[in-house]
Amino acid sequence: MAGPGEPTARTEESPDAKPRVGRRKFLTFLVAAPTLTVAAKYTFDPVADALPSLPAPSELLDLGDVITLATKPTAWSMVLRVEDDGRVRFELPRAESGQGITTTAAMIIAEELGARLSDVAVELSDAKPEFLWNQFTAGSTGVRTLWSPLRGIAATARARLITAAARRLGVEAGTLTTRDSAVWAPDGRSESFGSLASAAASTTSTAVSTAPKDASGYTLIGKPTGRMDARDIVTGKAEYAMDMTIEGALATVVARPPTIKGTVVSFDAAPALAIPGVVAVTQIPSGVAVSAETIDLALKGRDALVITWKNGPAVGLSDADIRTKLRASTAPLAVPRLLTNHLDASFDFGFVSHAPMEVHSAIADVREDGAEVWVACQSPIMAQNDVAGAIGLPSSKVKLHVLRAGGSFGRRLFWEPAVEAALVSKKIGRPVRLMWTRTDDVRHGRLRPASHHKIRATYLLGEVLSFEHRMASVETDLKHGFGEIVSASGAAVSGPGDGLLFFHLSASNPYHFGLVTQLLTEVPVPVHTGSWRSVYSAGLRTAEEVVVDELAAKMGKDPVQFRMSVLKSKRAKDVLAKVAKEGQWGKAMPRGWAQGVAVHEEYRSVTACLVEINATDPKAPRVTRATIAVDVGLAINPTGLKAQMMGGLMDAISTVLQAGVHLDAGKVREKSYADFRYARQKDAPIKLDVFVMPPTGEPGGAGELGVPAAAGAVANAYARATGTKPRSFPINF
Amino acid sequence: MPTYRFNVNGKPVAVEAPADTPLLWVLRERLGLTGPKYGCGVGACRACTSHLDGKEFQPCTVAVSECGGRKITTIEGLADGDELHPVQQAWLDEDVAQCGFCQPGQIMAAAALLKTNKTPTDAEIDAIENVCRCGTYCRIRDAIKRASAAM
Repeated sequence: MAGPGEPTARTEESPDAKPRVGRRKFLTFLVAAPTLTVAAKYTFDPVADALPSLPAPSELLDLGDVITLATKPTAWSMVLRVEDDGRVRFELPRAESGQGITTTAAMIIAEELGARLSDVAVELSDAKPEFLWNQFTAGSTGVRTLWSPLRGIAATARARLITAAARRLGVEAGTLTTRDSAVWAPDGRSESFGSLASAAASTTSTAVSTAPKDASGYTLIGKPTGRMDARDIVTGKAEYAMDMTIEGALATVVARPPTIKGTVVSFDAAPALAIPGVVAVTQIPSGVAVSAETIDLALKGRDALVITWKNGPAVGLSDADIRTKLRASTAPLAVPRLLTNHLDASFDFGFVSHAPMEVHSAIADVREDGAEVWVACQSPIMAQNDVAGAIGLPSSKVKLHVLRAGGSFGRRLFWEPAVEAALVSKKIGRPVRLMWTRTDDVRHGRLRPASHHKIRATYLLGEVLSFEHRMASVETDLKHGFGEIVSASGAAVSGPGDGLLFFHLSASNPYHFGLVTQLLTEVPVPVHTGSWRSVYSAGLRTAEEVVVDELAAKMGKDPVQFRMSVLKSKRAKDVLAKVAKEGQWGKAMPRGWAQGVAVHEEYRSVTACLVEINATDPKAPRVTRATIAVDVGLAINPTGLKAQMMGGLMDAISTVLQAGVHLDAGKVREKSYADFRYARQKDAPIKLDVFVMPPTGEPGGAGELGVPAAAGAVANAYARATGTKPRSFPINF
Repeated sequence: MPTYRFNVNGKPVAVEAPADTPLLWVLRERLGLTGPKYGCGVGACRACTSHLDGKEFQPCTVAVSECGGRKITTIEGLADGDELHPVQQAWLDEDVAQCGFCQPGQIMAAAALLKTNKTPTDAEIDAIENVCRCGTYCRIRDAIKRASAAM
């Protein structure tokens, strides 16, 4: 039997539904298999697909375009199977961390195929090196990268099922339709997909078009749909890494240094090993691992260890030092402020923990001749390579299973526990289930880098002439495959580092502000950093939206009216008008209360957010109401999209008002949700309305879109309610 | 090692564990009940929220030695067979869950609240301190109100 990587069978060509870039073609492969199995591949028109040698501004070529280009050559590795029992199976090379991509992928497949949604089973694919860069979940690109290949694969499968049914029913194929996982004839007769699965696999050609459906025929895409795994979740059956039973696996925790990146000088394992149930103590680069029969015994063993630590390299650094470094590193503003009216403002953003609910965990079973690893991970191929390198096996001998994640927000771009578990398993010769504690995660996990911003806007006669933004940020660790993806896309550049390139591919400003420049300086600091939902845009655009409000005030204009007059795109104006109307912009508010508004455009999507805040007590403000409008081009699942916008809003409320972490002499001060004050129910608005705009094109990104607009709105509402100018975030820290 | 006998989800159980073992690890590591989640171990995130003698509690902060003879209900024991508890059904109807990790605890907290307070006010719902890092709070509020109406 030929695997999906060996497309020995026939190929069928169909034009991509609506080619956007050049003359892209789409080949689908029928894979030799006992039941219908279809794979897909893109081919390129090299001229039409040529890319500029330097990255263009993100409005022309954004991060999602780059990732889409990088993933195209390997789209063929995705395989759809229709089985005898009628189940439609698809292995998704993406991570599911709550964003709902498995449900969305199933909806696209069910729509094209005419299958019942409940018959479509989307599972997370193991790490497969043949996917190259097409097994990477980041940059809000999930739907953008899957939209064309998934429809192509499913449309081809549909054509083959129809062809097989036409033969069996003895009718013209063109008269047949699919729905409810069956092919239907005009006279009411039907053949189920399951009954056709074998026949469709041996069909030699298709008698109907393999082109994806026209949007006017959609019945499922665009329909509010609940998560497919919701019942498992509410009954406690949904399984995360530490819920799995792996025969003989030892529960393992790691004693970690007091300071970030500290190291072990010496340790005494005896007191830990004296505890009944503690099996092994193993030194690894990040600390000392204790393996025991159960987690509680491993924790006891960890607490009993006597360890001498060497301080980490950041021991001389605290928040104030970082702030000084960042301020000193910010590039100078270029436009002189002498000849026109100007507004100068500078902002500081503190470090923030990702703190997903499920702590970092992994299971590893390392043997002489191979290893098996289970981990929730956004970049599994990189993780597989890294694990293999750590234990001295070729990557092909490491099987890495991708598990569902209990949240991520960027955290699971990195796979530290997989390497730690593999190292311990190799040393002690037993499978290992390794768990970080919450304190491990807050103190040794990744941080959203602290940043400093200088903005200068000049204006004359009611018009903004220039808008300069200089950002200095603690360097973001992007060593999770981003640079390799950019190279693979053909958009490689020499010169700027990954961070600067990422910045240029994501940074934009939605306003006609004359000469607009946004520049980033990255400052290396020896702490663990990582992309945090919306990455640079969180700080960049929040600061800008605050300045937009202050500019409006300087020019005597209303914040909404001013934005309407300077927004570039109609889509942006439409979402702003929607929230202004639905959120009753300008209504009378009691003293200490106010509304705030902001707009953000990225990922080929746009959103506006309007919040009401009660800041009567400026130390304990509460966002009481929020109105959001969102245009993602085409919303596959409005229920899931609204959930993402709600999540972005809560991230904004948290990071703008109250949640961050402090660096004290190379050590993170906070250690759990008790002091990392992520929002609780009492911080959430009592009233939230999210409006999904009518379709305006192809699907854009959504996962990170909500954060910057909501953060700007919350900051502006706070400013208006308190009469202050917020300059340091989180405000109450 | 001492043996402790108590009732979990309607069934009597006997477990051997050191007296100071947090009940969470007895449930998860010795009884195979993984619905209650570890999120902090100090009662701050409340992802392990379950019921002890019908009242909300956090098994990560209660030692097994305190549970002898008592009745414990975890998320696995909330539904009546295949028939979901009204709070679970409301969670489906409002499509509350995102990553899902905190939701067993959120549901158990909501079920405990509705047991003693059939129609909680917004302020009473605000008093639920369970963390949801995906930020599903608005739908949690809607689901509690929906369950309240259904009950």
